[in-house]
Amino acid sequence: MPDVQPQVESSASDGAAILTLRGDWIARHSSALERLAAWRPQAASSLRVDVSRIDSLDTYGAWSIESIRRAASQSGAPAEIVGVRDRHASILRSLGRIDLAPAPPARATVVDPLARTGDALLAALDYLLALASLLGRLVISFMQVLAHPSRLRWISVVHHIDRVGLRAVPIIALMTFLIGCIIAQQGFFHFRRFGASDYVVDLVTILVLREIGVLLVTIMIAGRSGSAYTAEVGSMKMREEIDALRTMGLDPVDILILPRVLAITIAAPMLTLLGMMAAMVGAGFVAATYGDMSAAIYMERLREAATSNDFQVGMIKAPVMALIIGTVAALEGLRVQGSAESLGLGATSSVVKSIFLVIVLDGVFAIIFAWVGM
Amino acid sequence: MAAPAIRIDHLSVRLGGREVIRDLSLTVDSGEIVGLIGASGSGKTVLLRTMLGLVPMSGGSVDILGARLRDATQDDVRLMGCRVGMLFQHGALFSSLSVRENVEFPMREYLEGSDRMFREIALAKLQMVGIAPADADKLPSELSGGMTKRVALARALALDPELVFLDEPTSGLDPIASRDFDALIKTLHGTLGLTVFMITHDLHTLRAICGRVAALYEGTIVADGSYESVSRSQHLWLRDYFRGERAVEAEGWR
Ligand SMILES: Nc1ncnc2c1ncn2[C@@H]1O[C@H](COP(=O)(O)OP(=O)(O)O)[C@@H](O)[C@H]1O
Ligand SMILES: [Mg+2]
Repeated sequence: MPDVQPQVESSASDGAAILTLRGDWIARHSSALERLAAWRPQAASSLRVDVSRIDSLDTYGAWSIESIRRAASQSGAPAEIVGVRDRHASILRSLGRIDLAPAPPARATVVDPLARTGDALLAALDYLLALASLLGRLVISFMQVLAHPSRLRWISVVHHIDRVGLRAVPIIALMTFLIGCIIAQQGFFHFRRFGASDYVVDLVTILVLREIGVLLVTIMIAGRSGSAYTAEVGSMKMREEIDALRTMGLDPVDILILPRVLAITIAAPMLTLLGMMAAMVGAGFVAATYGDMSAAIYMERLREAATSNDFQVGMIKAPVMALIIGTVAALEGLRVQGSAESLGLGATSSVVKSIFLVIVLDGVFAIIFAWVGM
Repeated sequence: MAAPAIRIDHLSVRLGGREVIRDLSLTVDSGEIVGLIGASGSGKTVLLRTMLGLVPMSGGSVDILGARLRDATQDDVRLMGCRVGMLFQHGALFSSLSVRENVEFPMREYLEGSDRMFREIALAKLQMVGIAPADADKLPSELSGGMTKRVALARALALDPELVFLDEPTSGLDPIASRDFDALIKTLHGTLGLTVFMITHDLHTLRAICGRVAALYEGTIVADGSYESVSRSQHLWLRDYFRGERAVEAEGWR
């Protein structure tokens, strides 16, 4: 491979500047080419660029020569390229035809932040609308299934219940068991000073049944299954599988989304029940080992403290929250665009949005239950 | 210039328990334009991917630009990256970068220069393959199939490589764009001494620019030579291949 640094040499003859180029004008010398491209004639006279001494030339070299020529022409010195060898002619000619659009000017105005805020607000409204419309679409789809149960993709539902529910059992049980232990330990540690150790069981029961059980489980489901749903639906969207379904006259909501949302809505209450029990067992374990409370007494106190009201509050919330998680996950998947990045963004925002909505919903439920006296 | 651009020696490749490439030998001299033809599933893409080091070989050897593929070091691989360009069959554009950024990407990785230089050269490359500057800020997902091909070609040529591999470059382009593409390859070939190894089914491309045609059948080369000699081959598949295409041409389909 020839390898001579590109050089320029300027001279003058009867009023015209002559620029003689030498060496290899190729990509490997890009930084030198960039420097040479900035060469400008001293006085505004005519310029002749002699390229006959150039050995090898590629697009980078041709770009450099073309930059010199254009800059000279712009400053009023008619420039021409002379001594073009046959094998360099076509690349120079094709660069000569190229339209080098100037870089778009960076825009930054006072209005920008305002406009962005407005856009964000509109996007949020748009999102809520899309969520409501998908939810509505799911309800219609569900009604149709109720009318014709054979239309439901049972295998798909069962498969997803297995993935979302059964396979989550170990991690959910472990996590809620530990949280039960922690709450009980904190309870005993602080309540002991008031001689109120007995009330730890009430604390644990009410917290776990009404709030902690369902919240922990649904947050875990959002992180574990919501993101997976988004990734699945999103990559199907990316690879035009969803469009393929549509052109077959099938609705992706019926085929892909309803089974998933149904599965998550069925699995969530079961996991919540499991989570509640595991937390109680955890609390009982701490009571026996740390709180000087025998298992029999713990069970006795538990029977008094746990009301079916508290249990119902938790169990009513679970499917509603799961429905929201599933719908948000599917919606995020459907909104994925063509790029890999948008798939990642979708998965992230699916988890963030569904956890946020779960907590907002929990607040709304607290108000409603207080109102109806549960 | 003594070393051939590509030297394949008794290569075999096993994939999924099946021998996809069988005892294949082929030498491409630097400066040649070679067209590879073969039925769908005959192993063309696998052969190309093996030459790029993307598929492990089970026997034989491959030398690319004088470097043995099997014992290539990290540095060799990097050097090869800027001397070899590849156009993937489905484009393989980076989906989160714009069209222009896709073309600039290898430049930024391998060369020194300013944003302005890279921008202008990327725009120039894009216009060479027929993409207007107005489309340069689009994302790959917003392109048509033919445009994707062209952008991928611009990216393969971004560093003015010595050797380019093209996997069905003109499929999906309209006939005019295909001829432009042929002319572009010819131009680059003429100015840079570019070596081109392409898979193509475009008979016009084969005849107009491929100095040499190789035919792959069930994982091995069954014919190798000028367009004329390969099109007269007595091999069963080749006879069908060229007869069919000739009939289409005679009816004035092209
Ligand atoms: N990753 C892989 N694993 C197993 N088999 C493969 C793989 N890639 C390709 N093949 C098989 O190798 C054969 C050749 O494929 P390919 O080279 O893509 O064909 P073409 O000549 O149409 O480009 C095909 O039969 C294909 O099924
Ligand atoms: Mg192929």
